[in-house]
Amino acid sequence: MGPQHPSTHGVFRMILTLDGETVVDLKPMFGYLHRGLEKTSEERTYLQAVPFTDRLDYICSMTNNFAYAVAVERLADIEVPPRAEYIRVIMGELTRLINHMLGIGFLFNELGAWYTPVVYAFRERERIMDLFEMASGSRMMCNYIRPGGVAADLPEEFLPHLKKLIPHLKRFVAEIRFYLSENEIFRARSVGVGFLPADMAVANSITGPVLRASGVTYDVRRAEPYSIYDEFEFDIPTQVEGDVYARYAQRLDEMDESLKILSQAVERLPDGEYTSKVPSRLRPPKGESYARIEAPKGELGFYLVSDGSPNPYRWRNRPPSLINLSALREMCLGHKVADVVVIYGSIDVTLADIDR
Amino acid sequence: MTNDEILSKLQEAFPQVEFQVQTEETKNFTVIVPAERLVDVATYLRDHLKFDYLSNLASVDYPERFEVVYHLYSMKRGGGVLVLKVLLPDREKPEVDSVTPIWPGANYQEREVYDLMGISFNGHPDLRRIMLWDGFPGHPLRKDFENRTYTFKELEPTRPKPPDW
Repeated sequence: MGPQHPSTHGVFRMILTLDGETVVDLKPMFGYLHRGLEKTSEERTYLQAVPFTDRLDYICSMTNNFAYAVAVERLADIEVPPRAEYIRVIMGELTRLINHMLGIGFLFNELGAWYTPVVYAFRERERIMDLFEMASGSRMMCNYIRPGGVAADLPEEFLPHLKKLIPHLKRFVAEIRFYLSENEIFRARSVGVGFLPADMAVANSITGPVLRASGVTYDVRRAEPYSIYDEFEFDIPTQVEGDVYARYAQRLDEMDESLKILSQAVERLPDGEYTSKVPSRLRPPKGESYARIEAPKGELGFYLVSDGSPNPYRWRNRPPSLINLSALREMCLGHKVADVVVIYGSIDVTLADIDR
Repeated sequence: MTNDEILSKLQEAFPQVEFQVQTEETKNFTVIVPAERLVDVATYLRDHLKFDYLSNLASVDYPERFEVVYHLYSMKRGGGVLVLKVLLPDREKPEVDSVTPIWPGANYQEREVYDLMGISFNGHPDLRRIMLWDGFPGHPLRKDFENRTYTFKELEPTRPKPPDW
């Protein structure tokens, strides 16, 4: 199946061995979008590598910037002003909302509800993207969160817009629940399909909503709080079933929690500096750092090695999408070909993040 | 469990192995493991100290050696990172034992290291190139890789042929 198949949202190829219509073996093939971002970034300065992180997972460019900024700050011991931390949390949670609504929308595409749910998701996504454009000047490739803070202060009209948007998005999540959760056809296609047991998920290094849908309560925001996530009140929802339906329900629950964090952050957003002074040719001391954050798709990590020069000696990115596919074969075995597409959609991957 | 406890437990379980601890340059607690004992140490860490989650597997090309770096966490117990490092001084033919039988999540990451850095993993179930195609000249993440643009004509003989069907 693939590399160009109508139901894969990118160029991804699976070699399926079939018995009738039942899957006996599955081998994923990657690399169609490989751009060599790790090597390219090693030849740029630390700041010049920020735009490349936008292109890792183009749906969640803000969280990619966020993870990279945290890694550089740990490497060079840079302080971040409190206002910048709050802005980062706001942007990170807005990105999570975007990603989860698109994930749900595309899952329904794969189930055969061609483009109706995804167009509703795109409508709400545009409202959030308007906010991104206000702050950073760009809808998708934001390049906004930089080492040391953010690129520019929030414009005046940002907060009033966001305050209006939060109750609207709450209504939208409730609307998805109302229309889709009890849908007979959806439940028939998703309940019990693509089961992933918790121990297999942990062993395969699977993270994010897919892991929590299997019943493991693990979220980097709580397990190893970065930025200021320890100051917010939110729950980590989990499901127990570990099937496609649980992953869908997990994303809806996480959207509720993100909205909770957002309303707290908007209330408490302090005044002050939006960035600390960071030289454009940053020379971190010799050493290495590893930073990971809870990106919408899973755990996103950056491993940086510095040799004291303005260029990173090693620039390694731990992609959540690639590693979440580790158990794809085990999840698909014994199911029909049509279910493979649905299981693959429920993991919610971006091909640019897999191949880099 | 503190870092000192982890180190003393490791030392207790493997009295004949000398563990070096890197603290000055790295921000995280780092233990250097001899390459030939890696699988034993990893199995012990997973089974007895509950490091059940391999977050990241990276490789670094230093002038005198290759390094393979493992970032481990525990989902059951929580707590911070434990970094394992394996130093491979043999620049001609670097190889290390695979940890895929211990943490299956290492599968694609080891293939990526094999593809882009040219370190081979003994005992890996399916060691093939993952990003580049078979026959690609060299390993791009090595520092001595000649970084230039290839023309299609040059790469043509190495491109995979389409299957026969």
